[in-house]
Amino acid sequence: MESAISTILIVGAGQAGSQAVDTLRRQGFGGRLVLIGDEAELPYQRPPLSKKYLSGELAQDRLLLRHRAFYEEHRTELLLGSRAIRLDRGTRSVTLANAAQLSYDRLLLCLGAHSRRLTCPGHELAGVHYLRDLADAAALRAALTPSARVVIIGGGYIGLETAATCRKQGCTVTVLEMADRVMNRVVAPDVSAYFAEDHRAQGVEIVCGTRVVGIEREQGTAGHGASHLSVACAHGVAYPADIVVVGVGAIATTDLAQHAGLACDNGITVDEHCRTSDPAIFAAGDCTNQYSPHYGRRMRLESVDNAFEQGKTAAQNLLGESHVHDRIPWFWSDQFENKLLIVGIAQGADEVVLRGDPASRSFSVCYLKDRELLAVEAINHSKDYMAGRKLIAERARLNPNKVRDPQVALKDAV
Amino acid sequence: MPRVVFLEADGRRREVDAPAGISLMEAAKQHGIIGIVARCGGACACASCHVYVDPVWFARLAPPEEMEQGMLESAWEPRATSRLGCQITLAAALDGLTVSVPRAQA
Repeated sequence: MESAISTILIVGAGQAGSQAVDTLRRQGFGGRLVLIGDEAELPYQRPPLSKKYLSGELAQDRLLLRHRAFYEEHRTELLLGSRAIRLDRGTRSVTLANAAQLSYDRLLLCLGAHSRRLTCPGHELAGVHYLRDLADAAALRAALTPSARVVIIGGGYIGLETAATCRKQGCTVTVLEMADRVMNRVVAPDVSAYFAEDHRAQGVEIVCGTRVVGIEREQGTAGHGASHLSVACAHGVAYPADIVVVGVGAIATTDLAQHAGLACDNGITVDEHCRTSDPAIFAAGDCTNQYSPHYGRRMRLESVDNAFEQGKTAAQNLLGESHVHDRIPWFWSDQFENKLLIVGIAQGADEVVLRGDPASRSFSVCYLKDRELLAVEAINHSKDYMAGRKLIAERARLNPNKVRDPQVALKDAV
Repeated sequence: MPRVVFLEADGRRREVDAPAGISLMEAAKQHGIIGIVARCGGACACASCHVYVDPVWFARLAPPEEMEQGMLESAWEPRATSRLGCQITLAAALDGLTVSVPRAQA
């Protein structure tokens, strides 16, 4: 079987695709290996785009996951700035935007995700930014000046990280969130309240429970110089802005797979081996909706660790092995001086336990189901986060009364 | 340019020259040191750039902050000289810094 694999194509040059190159060669694959990416850059890290890259602390070359020499040493053909536009499973070939056609024996799809777009009137105006790739971040970084008024639509990870970075640059920052609290889809109410309060203390205006109904460009007047944007909300207030940043979520990129008839459902459907519905095609990273043996259901994750690990698992299995991807997901966010560390998936919990006092600026929230630890959200508290990683993987059952007592180490709260 | 000596888990010795100002983890990644995984890219969020610092050098480093300390407690087989590579910034004074990589990360 393995001897029949002479060409492997990887479509998508992000974290998963780059990891797959490493793993394939490390596993001894000696055939032709092609990495296709629609961005012009070598594979790079995305998490710093809203943090240290945006603030200017991290130069572009420090974002690279691996240097160019790595791909040469690993005999990888890099087709960057190349968009794959068609997948033909019958002839096992991929067509690029420049009409070039490449055949494969095995295909790995690492298509990533793309920003959910605004649809309200004015969404296409100049000055409205998204933050997904390096080009987005570079454009926003170039536009940021200390005197800029920045209105951020969406109070999730991207919105709040961007708010903190812009505020630290001296900008006037307003965050508009549709739900009744920030980060409502990813953290507990206590954690939302802590972050909202910290942002406000730093001078960020946070407005929850409102919806943006339109964006307009208003001409400058004699007294007020240049023109600016105006972001109108459903509650009747319009916020003036020099820059608007939209962070309202991401959507799995599946066009190529869907048009080729691969099973997709909020992402490319893959099993725990990263196999799609076509045995010659595997998928990894943000574009997948994968079955998790630990949680017993499918999930689509937007996470660096998930992209790396799926990329590695897919690469091993492309060569005929049968590894299972069953990691406990983890996430982090940096906002001002705070580090939020999350491990596990809270969904399904029947008990939510606050550990410690948020006023101390170091605390955590633990989610239990029938006393089994499902997830931990740790704010400036790496001990609980690290303990949580082990306990969740072990399916440890904890004593809620001990969990509630911050004097008891989480690992001893059994 | 400070030189860093990495002792990989299989006993291989790798000496790399790295610019001052980047982290020990970044130097390791640039040179493909086996066992420095660094999933989070240097955010002190994953403990997969854990190293054992040579005791002589350990004493010369600025001590770890509380966040790093908390990560290390539950890292793979921590020792008294454990550090996270992402939290060590290379400088001329660290020329010759010697660290070994835990087996589990290889």
